[in-house]
Amino acid sequence: MAERPLASFELSAEPLNCGAIAGSVSSPSDGAVVFFVGVVRNEARGRPVVRLEYEAYARLASSEMERIFGEMRERFGVERVRVGHRTGICGIGEPSVAIAVAAPHRAAAFDACRYCIDELKKRVPIWKKEIYADGSAWIGERS
Amino acid sequence: MRVRALLFASLRERAGAGEIDLELPAGSSVDAARDALEARHPGLFAGPVATAVNGAHVRGAGARLREGDEIAFLPPVSGG
Repeated sequence: MAERPLASFELSAEPLNCGAIAGSVSSPSDGAVVFFVGVVRNEARGRPVVRLEYEAYARLASSEMERIFGEMRERFGVERVRVGHRTGICGIGEPSVAIAVAAPHRAAAFDACRYCIDELKKRVPIWKKEIYADGSAWIGERS
Repeated sequence: MRVRALLFASLRERAGAGEIDLELPAGSSVDAARDALEARHPGLFAGPVATAVNGAHVRGAGARLREGDEIAFLPPVSGG
């Protein structure tokens, strides 16, 4: 059986399996698993949102996530991470991103999980389009 | 030489395609590829755009391209 990498990232056109992401990250040496799920909201900047559409540049997204994983190791000593991010159409209430971080103690797990989602949003080439009842907009361009 | 341009999100929609093959003079720069796309689709690069060649970020638009390169034009990201 192939060994799973300590830190993994997956883009998925299908609904995220949050249970699998959170449930498979820890090792026997871990006392904490922090799990973050980003969920599609029905409102943005005062405008009702009907759904989101995500697209990604998979090749660069993977290498950028690897860099973030490396920074999580250096800054927080955290090695075990699983990240899933949706592509395609995402309805209200659906998870768009899920991040599970395991560490021996909770402080590092919390800090590393926060770092991971913040950096992902800043750097990883994934784009979100908000669909409204009466239009749509790509987010990120000074919106 | 032939290179492949990848366009994402608003750029893809504006151009009407996510992949566009460009025929450029040998040794052309990232800037030249950008100009060629802008000539085909005026107004395409109205906003800020980052570039990556063969999956790695490129700083400086003067970077030289080679035959078969994949050059990606990336609007500001908005994942999560």
